[in-house]
Amino acid sequence: MPARTDIKKILIIGSGPITIGQAAEFDYSGTQALKALRSVGYEVVLVNSNPATIMTDPDLAEGTYLEPLTLEFLEKIIAKERPDALLPTLGGQTALNLAMQLYEQGILEKYGVELIGANAAAIKKGEDREEFQRAMLKIGLDVPRGKMVTSLEEGLEFARNVTGYPVVVRPSFTLGGTGGGIAADEAEFIEILSRGLSLSPTHSALVEESIVGWKEFELEVMRDHNDTVVIITSIENVDPMGVHTGDSITVAPAQTLSDVEYQKMRDAAQAIIREIGVETGGSNIQFAIDPKSGRMIVIEMNPRVSRSSALASKATGFPIAKIAALLAVGYRLDELPNDITQKTPASFEPSIDYVVVKIPRFAFEKFSTLPNTHGGFSDRLGTQMKSVGEVMAIGRTFKEAFGKAVRSLEADVRAEFAHLTDAELWARLYPSPTRIYAVLELLRRGASIDELYQATRIERWFLHQFEEVVQTERALGLGEWRLSDREDWRYAKGLGLSDARIGELVGVSEAVARKERLAAGAKPVYKTVDTCAAEFEAYTPYHYSAYEIEDEVRPTDKPKVVILGSGPIRIGQGVEFDYATVHAVWALREAGYETIMVNSNPETVSTDYDTADRLYFEPLTLEDVLNLTEHERPIGVIATLGGQTPLKLARKLSEAGVRLLGTSWEAIHKAEDRAEFNALCAELGIPQPKGAVARTPDEALRLAEQIGYPLMARPSYVLGGRAMQVVRSPEELQWYLSGIYAALSERPSILLDQYLEGALELDVDAICDGSRVVVAGIMEHIERAGVHSGDSATVLPPVSLTSEQLETVKTYTRKLALAVGVRGLINVQYALKDGVVYILEANPRASRTVPFVSKAIGHPLAKYAALIAVGKTLEELGFTADPTPGFYSVKEVLIPWLKFPGVIPVLGPEMRSTGESMGIDADPYLAYYRAEVGVNQKLPLSGKVRLIGAQALEAEWRAAGFEISDDDYDLLISLEAHPELRRAVESGRPFITTLEGARWSLEAIRRVRTSRLEARSLQEWHQVRA
Amino acid sequence: MKERAVLVLEDGTTYHGYAFGHRGKNVGEVVFNTAQTGYQEILTDPSYNGQIVVMTYPHQGNYGVNVFDMESNRPWVRGFVAREFSTYAAGPRAQQSLAEFMTEHGVVGLEGIDTRALVRKIREGGVLKGVIAHASHLGDPNYRFSQADLEALREEARTWKDIDGRDMTPEVSTPLPYQFPTFKGKRRIVVMDFGIKHAQMRYMAELGFELIVVPGKTNPAQIMALEPAGLFVSNGPGDPSMPRYAHETLWKLMGLLPTFGICLGHQLLGLAAGGRTFKLKFGHRGANHPVKNLLTGKIEITSQNHGYAVDPDSLKEFRPTHINLNDGTLEGMAHLRYPVFSVQYHPEACPGPHDSLYLFRRFLEEVEAFHGVTGMPVEKQRTDKLGV
Repeated sequence: MPARTDIKKILIIGSGPITIGQAAEFDYSGTQALKALRSVGYEVVLVNSNPATIMTDPDLAEGTYLEPLTLEFLEKIIAKERPDALLPTLGGQTALNLAMQLYEQGILEKYGVELIGANAAAIKKGEDREEFQRAMLKIGLDVPRGKMVTSLEEGLEFARNVTGYPVVVRPSFTLGGTGGGIAADEAEFIEILSRGLSLSPTHSALVEESIVGWKEFELEVMRDHNDTVVIITSIENVDPMGVHTGDSITVAPAQTLSDVEYQKMRDAAQAIIREIGVETGGSNIQFAIDPKSGRMIVIEMNPRVSRSSALASKATGFPIAKIAALLAVGYRLDELPNDITQKTPASFEPSIDYVVVKIPRFAFEKFSTLPNTHGGFSDRLGTQMKSVGEVMAIGRTFKEAFGKAVRSLEADVRAEFAHLTDAELWARLYPSPTRIYAVLELLRRGASIDELYQATRIERWFLHQFEEVVQTERALGLGEWRLSDREDWRYAKGLGLSDARIGELVGVSEAVARKERLAAGAKPVYKTVDTCAAEFEAYTPYHYSAYEIEDEVRPTDKPKVVILGSGPIRIGQGVEFDYATVHAVWALREAGYETIMVNSNPETVSTDYDTADRLYFEPLTLEDVLNLTEHERPIGVIATLGGQTPLKLARKLSEAGVRLLGTSWEAIHKAEDRAEFNALCAELGIPQPKGAVARTPDEALRLAEQIGYPLMARPSYVLGGRAMQVVRSPEELQWYLSGIYAALSERPSILLDQYLEGALELDVDAICDGSRVVVAGIMEHIERAGVHSGDSATVLPPVSLTSEQLETVKTYTRKLALAVGVRGLINVQYALKDGVVYILEANPRASRTVPFVSKAIGHPLAKYAALIAVGKTLEELGFTADPTPGFYSVKEVLIPWLKFPGVIPVLGPEMRSTGESMGIDADPYLAYYRAEVGVNQKLPLSGKVRLIGAQALEAEWRAAGFEISDDDYDLLISLEAHPELRRAVESGRPFITTLEGARWSLEAIRRVRTSRLEARSLQEWHQVRA
Repeated sequence: MKERAVLVLEDGTTYHGYAFGHRGKNVGEVVFNTAQTGYQEILTDPSYNGQIVVMTYPHQGNYGVNVFDMESNRPWVRGFVAREFSTYAAGPRAQQSLAEFMTEHGVVGLEGIDTRALVRKIREGGVLKGVIAHASHLGDPNYRFSQADLEALREEARTWKDIDGRDMTPEVSTPLPYQFPTFKGKRRIVVMDFGIKHAQMRYMAELGFELIVVPGKTNPAQIMALEPAGLFVSNGPGDPSMPRYAHETLWKLMGLLPTFGICLGHQLLGLAAGGRTFKLKFGHRGANHPVKNLLTGKIEITSQNHGYAVDPDSLKEFRPTHINLNDGTLEGMAHLRYPVFSVQYHPEACPGPHDSLYLFRRFLEEVEAFHGVTGMPVEKQRTDKLGV
C-alpha cells in the first residue's frame, strides 16, 4: 500500500519541558518524524512548549507552536490549523495522554482529525494496567498476580490475602511510574498506595506480587499495516527487577537468553502488539524471568516510541521513530529501505556484532541537601524513574562497552570507594546510582560472585564479566603482567580499561601510558554500526572504536571539523547543548565541511547517524577524542558548544596540538580564571562584586571577614551551581565548609563573592567574530539574586531596565567579548543593584539559553557561532545589529520535585531544573502566563490562595478577587520552606515560592482575565513560513 | 596468557587468537552466521557438516548447553569461532558449559580474533577454506606459531577437498530407517533424512504425523512400500547437485504423494524437476532474513542456513511462492499441478523466529486434502491454503 493521499496535514505533539522520564529522546524521535513526514510531502504542524529542542526549530515544520501542552491550547491550534491527522506516539506519555483527552473530549471528532499510529482503543488497552493484564491472560501469557484498586481498603485486603509483602504499587496513567513503589511492609504500603491513588488521574493503582530480583528484559517491536512484526532488539537489564528500567544499567542485545527463551519472548511480543492492536509503529514490551524457574511474565508495554526505542535505534542503527512515522501514513516495512545498507528493506531484524551498554546518570546531589518532610534523603532506586540522563557505549565485548560507558558517564566514584571499608561497601549493595562501583570494588577485594549475587541479584554472568576485568587489573597492579607488546595492550584495552586506569595500575601517568601504548602500536580501529553484522555493505557512517585488527573507516580528504557533543544530560547541561552542537553540524555541512560528531548520549539528535557526515559514538574523554582526531586529522575541533564536558577537554586537546576552532583555550582561560578575569574587568572598568579565592577552609574564613557578609560561597570550576550557597555569618560559612564543601570529592578552591541581596539579574548572550560583537539577547531574571540563573524565569527583552542601563549592559558585553578574544558565543551574567550594573561572570561558550534566545530573536546563534569558528564574519552572516524583537518571550523552568520524595521545593543558588518552557506574547505578562502553563503551573484565575510567610501579599490578592484561605487552596504562595509546599507538589496544585513570582503571577492573572490568548506559531511571530 | 591458536585461510590470511574447546586442528569451509542466539542448535545442525562456523555476535556460550536444544545427537561443525566464549553458563536451562560440550565432542574453537574483519572478508571474497590450529596441537600450550607452520596450515587448507562436488549427506543421514517417537501419529509420512534437524520432526510429530525416517538413499519403491500419506524431504549439508540418487527418487515420486521440502530438500525437489542450483557467494546464515510470501503478501522473518540456491529462471514445473527481500533469491516454490511445495529457509527455526511454522500446518492440510479428509477439491484447497 502506498502512502496515504487522503491526509495532507499532520499534527505532532511533543513531550514538553525535559523532565525525568521524558528527556531528549523525544526530541530525537520527534525530529526524525518531522523530517521523515516532510520528506514524503506531508505538511506538519508541531506543538511543543520546550524551546531547547531541535524539533521546535522553525525550519522543521510548517507550523511550530511553542504553546503549552494543554487541551485548551491544543484545541485552539487544531481549530486554526485543521490538521487531517494527529500522530500521538512520538511525544512520550505527555503526547499520548493529551491525544487521549482530545479523543475523549470529542475534539478530534469535532474537527475531523484522525488518530494515526495508534488508535484510542489500543492506547487504552496498552496503558490501562487492568485491561492490559486481562489481554495478556486472554492470549495465554503470564502476568504478576495483581489487582487494580481504587481505595486503600481494597488494596490492603488484596495485599494481606494474596500477595503478602513486599508488594508493588503502580498508579494508573502517571508519567515514568511517578508515585509508584515497592512496599516492604504494611506501613510503607499504606503510604505509597495513598500517594499513588491521589496522583493517578483515574484514582486507581495496581497492587501486585513482587518480582523484585527477577531478571528483566525488553523487546523493541515494530508493526506495519501488513501485520509484519519485527523485533529491533532485545535489551537485558543488569540491575534486576525492582529498579525502573530507565534507572538500570542495560545491555543490548540480551546476553543470557537461549534461543528457546528468546523466541518464546519474541512470540509473546508479537502476540501482544497484535492483541493490543497497535496497528503501526513501535512498542516497547518488558518481561521478567524468574532466575530459578525460568517463569516468564509480561510486565508492561508502551504503545509508542520511548526512551528505550531511542536507545534501540542508536544501539542497532535502525531508526525506529522515523520508520514509525512513515508506517503511520501507510508505508509498509518492506517498502522502506534500510538506510544503512540501502539495498535491503526495513522489514528485517537487526543483527549486531558488538555489545551496547547504557548507564543512567543521576542528580541526587542536587536534592539531597534540601529540607525534606521525610526527615532524610535516600538514594535508593525503585520503580519510579529518577535518572536525568544516560550514556551509551559500544564495544566488541560487554567488558569493553561497560568500561567505555563508565568513562563516558563522568561520574566514576571508584577512587572514593577505594577508601571505604568492606563493611561500608557491603552496605552499599542496595539499588543506588553507585551500587555498581561497590560491586566492582568488592570484587577487587576478593568478594565471591555468589556472595555478590545473593546481595544484589545481578545475574552471575555479568559478575563473571566484571571479575575478568578485575583479574587483569589485579595482575597489572601487582606487576605480574607487563604490557609488553601490541597483543597485550589490545587485550587490556579490549577489557574497556582506560589509559588513565592502566597508568594508575602500573604506576604511570595517563600521558605515559598513552605514549607506551602508541609505542607498542596499539591504536584503536574503527568499526561500523550497520544493522546486519557486516552481512551487507554499509553506507551510513556510524562508527565506534575497538581494539581490533581491521580499521574499516577511512578518512576522506575533505576538510573536516570535529564537533564535540555534550555527553550525558544532567542538570545544568541539558538538551540545549545538543541543540547547539547539532546546529553547528548543520551550518558547517552547508558550508561544505565534512562534519564529525562525537558524543556518548543515545537520547539525542546529535547521535542520529543522519545528523553529521560521520558519527563516532565514543566517550568524551581526552583519550578517546585524541584517538579520534589522530585518526581523522580534522582541521580543528569545536569544543565550545557542548557545555562543560567538551570545554573541560579544551586545554589538554590544545596542548596535544589539536586546533580548537572558535574561541581559543587561552581566551576561555581568561574568562574562567578568577584572577585574570578580575584584572580584565578592572582594566575595562566593569564593576564586579567583591570577591576572593580561598585555597583552604581556614583561608576562606579569613577572606570572608575582609569581604563582609552576606557571601556567595561555591567551589571553582563547577557547573550548574552545584554546592553553591549563600552564607550570612561566619557560623554559616563554617557549616558550609564542613558540610557541603567537605563532601566534594576533589578539593577545588573556594570562591567567595559579595552577595548582592535583592539584585536584579541579567543573562546576556552575545556573539563575536573578533572585531564585531552583536548582543543577541538580554534576559531579565524574574527571580532575584540568590536563585540560580538556570532556575530563574526570564523575560526577553527586559521590562525593568532603563535604556541607559540596557546600553551599559551592551557596552560592557562588547568590551568584554573583544578583550577576551571570543570567536563565537559568550554568555555574560550581570546584576543590577542600586542603579549599578555589576558583572558576575562570563562564559565564552554556548550557554543553555542559546536555543531560547535563537527562537526569541529569529536568528540561529549556534549556526553563526560555528561559521565564525571557521572564519566567517558577522557581516558575512548578515548579523550585525542587536536584534529588537517586537514581542516578549518568557522562559520558565521545570524542576522534577515530585521524583524526590519529601523534598520541599524551594529555589536557591544550586540549579535543579531539568527543562523549560517558552511563552511568547506581545504582552510580557501574558507570555509569562503561557510559560507557566507550559510547565504545568496552572495559575488559577479565581479561587482560594493560601499564603505562608507572605502575609504582605494578602491585600493585593484579595483586591484581585481571590479568597485568602488558611487550609484548602487553588494556589499556594509560601515564601518559606514549608512542608505545605510538598503537599502542593504531590497534589499537583500550583505554588509560588518567591515574591517576584507572586507579583508576576498576579499581574499575569489580571491580564489573562481580560485577554483572549490566541495560538500563534513561531513562523507567524517571525513572519516567515517555512 | 591463554593458549594461542590460529585460523589460516587458503589465501594465506591468518587470524591470531586463542584456543577454545577441544584442543587440536581441523579444516573446513569457513562460513559465518549472524544469529544472535542459538549456538547450540547451530553446532548440532547437520547442515554444517564440513564447515567452520564464525559467529558474528561476539559473545558465545553465555547460557551453556543442555539436552533439549540439540538439533541432532552431536555437533557437526568442523570448527567454531567467536570473538569471545563465555566460561560461565547462565540460566536455569544450562546443564553444561559450552567449553565442556565442545571438548567432549571434539569441536575445536577459536576466540579473540577480529571476527568482523573475517566476516567482511568472506562477504567481499566469498567463502574460503581454512584451518584452525591450536598451539598445543603443534607443540605445547605455550608454543608460538612459526612462519613455516602457517605456510603448512595454508597448504592444508588449500589442498583440502572442499564440499563442492561432494555428496556430504551420507555422513549425516540415518544409516537405517526408524520411527520417530510420537504419541498421536494419525497420518504416516516418510521423512527422507539428508541430515535432518530434530525440530522439523518435533513440529510434525506435534501436528499428529507418524514419522518414518529413512536414509536419503532409500529408493522410491521402498518409500511407497511404507504406505505413506506424505513425503518430507529434510535439510542437509553440501552441494545439492551431488546426491543424484535423490533427484531421481524425488522425480519418480513427484505427484504420488503430498511433499514438503526444506532447505536441501527444497533444492533437491528443484533439481528433480529439472531446475538448476548455484552456489551463493557467501550464503545465507542467520535468523533475520525477510522473506515475502508471494501468495499472501505477508513478510516472514526467517531462519536461514544455505550456501546454494535454486535458480528461479530454471523452474519448469514449479512456481515461486517465496522470495528473499534482501537479495531477491528464491525462498519457496510450489508445484504447478501437484501438492508439492518447499522452502529454502527453515520454518522449524531452532534457532530463529517462529514466523513460518504455518508451513507445517499447511503440509498437514495438503496431506489431508490429498486423502480426501476435508472433502474439498484439492486444487481449490491448495490455492486457498497456500501460505495461510
